[in-house]
Amino acid sequence: MSETKTSTKLLRLGLRRLLVLLCLALVGALLSATLVRFAPGNSASERELDPRWRADSVEALRQQQALHQGLPSFYFHYLAALAHGDLGQSESLRRPVGELLRQRLPVTGNSVVGGLGVAWLAAALLASLGIACRGWFFEASTTAFNSLLLSLPSAVVAMLAVHLRTPVFCAIAVVVFPRLYGYIRNLLVRSYDQPHVLAARARGLGSSAIFLRHVLPLAAPPLLALLGVSFAISFGAAIPIEALCDSPGLGQLAWQAALSRDLPLIVNVTLIVALVMLAANSLGDLAGRTFSGQPQ
Amino acid sequence: MKPLQKVAASILFAIFVSMALATFLLPVPYARQFRDTPNASPSTAHPLGTDGLGRDSLSRLLYGTRVSLLLAPAAAFLSTLIAAFLGSVAGLLGGWFERIVLAASDLSLALPWLFLLLVVRAMLPLDVPPLVSVVIAFLMMGLLGWQTSVRVICAAARGVRDSDFLLLARSTGCKPARLVWRHVAPNLRPLFYAQFFISIPLFILTEANLSILGLGVMEPMPSWGNLMRGFEDLSTLSANPWRLVPLILLVIVVMCFQLVLPTQEATQ
Repeated sequence: MSETKTSTKLLRLGLRRLLVLLCLALVGALLSATLVRFAPGNSASERELDPRWRADSVEALRQQQALHQGLPSFYFHYLAALAHGDLGQSESLRRPVGELLRQRLPVTGNSVVGGLGVAWLAAALLASLGIACRGWFFEASTTAFNSLLLSLPSAVVAMLAVHLRTPVFCAIAVVVFPRLYGYIRNLLVRSYDQPHVLAARARGLGSSAIFLRHVLPLAAPPLLALLGVSFAISFGAAIPIEALCDSPGLGQLAWQAALSRDLPLIVNVTLIVALVMLAANSLGDLAGRTFSGQPQ
Repeated sequence: MKPLQKVAASILFAIFVSMALATFLLPVPYARQFRDTPNASPSTAHPLGTDGLGRDSLSRLLYGTRVSLLLAPAAAFLSTLIAAFLGSVAGLLGGWFERIVLAASDLSLALPWLFLLLVVRAMLPLDVPPLVSVVIAFLMMGLLGWQTSVRVICAAARGVRDSDFLLLARSTGCKPARLVWRHVAPNLRPLFYAQFFISIPLFILTEANLSILGLGVMEPMPSWGNLMRGFEDLSTLSANPWRLVPLILLVIVVMCFQLVLPTQEATQ
């Protein structure tokens, strides 16, 4: 009975999150539309500036364009196009934004997933090793190494990756690793210091049993939430890394768009990334709550 | 304070003093070109050599340190001010205002910060004078970097709102302005300081990333990020390893800040 109640609450929470995500998508789309609408030079098309066109033809052209209609009409046209997957045209690359996203998203997706996999594995292994052998030397050396990595700008890591000819996902892993390691280590230390874990140790339980039965249930929910956050960190790191490593992903696209002040492109790329991040965060949070069985 | 923290604080103090005295320490103006000696090795005339355009590297490093170390605290001050106002008001008022502020903070936190900065930077002109580019970088970081702090301050303000001493002050007829000034602000002040100092290394790294990508401080004005743009050319870097000094200085400063300051988790 209690399990049914919990799953109903979790389902409600999931639906609420989905509704919030849809509302945020709508707000984000309206914000994007506003930025695109008021982008400098966005209300003029090249044909309008062509001296061979007559004044009445230019006026007719303006009438055809949604950009020259009122703001509500522009929003309606923008959202209708968005619903059909039309994200507009990139001004600098002269290609549809949707097509660019379809090409670039898998490249960044692969780099991010690979980087996250390596970073999580390394951070979890090192944190577990730190718990297994708690000594001042290990702690001091890992803290110093972690601090050094945290002090390096992502762009410098990218340049190092270019010089060493390492894949992009390795550079992303180097940027994400120190942020994960510090959190995972603190979480494990706190979990192992809990009274019930000490009691289990006193009862003579094996280390694997203590980890699986007592530590993991405690540490899993925040770790799952961290998984969502780590996606945002790695997407953020992808901008300088892809830009400097010449990897044709979303990060490079965003950088090129910012340099050429291509507002429709950068705004739509950011909107898509924001939605992916929000979905990842919500999924991570929901997974954590499901694991802990605490929907509220 | 632990001995290691004392050492870190002393290093930071020394760097900030040299930054303040940069005008007197500069051997030559940072933009002056010695066209006969580009890419020169360290010498008595140019202790850190010259760059590809023949500009004195030590002068550029000293001035760049000043720009980066003034820019980051200024941006941190602005972001902490915004976070302090929004967080305190949201925490004290509660209700829909708190929900809106926290939702905005969640939304911003979900989005990689650099994407947000790129959107804002794309809306502003790129071809601007160097000083304007410094102001733009400072304003962008200051206006967009309040999300994490606002959550921490809001949570603390909520705690103050429910406290007994505030209830007592209210029951004695204390007016809202006096309530905030005499009772709430002193209790949240240590948190404001912590958030301010925690933001500084973050903004130092962000400025470096933006400037390396050509979206931060513009040439000829130097900053740590600008000075590191030349790292892309490995052959020059291996021939002139002293060019790594800005990176070493940046790493030392950020590591010292990490040692001296409490972590974000600790302040929560």
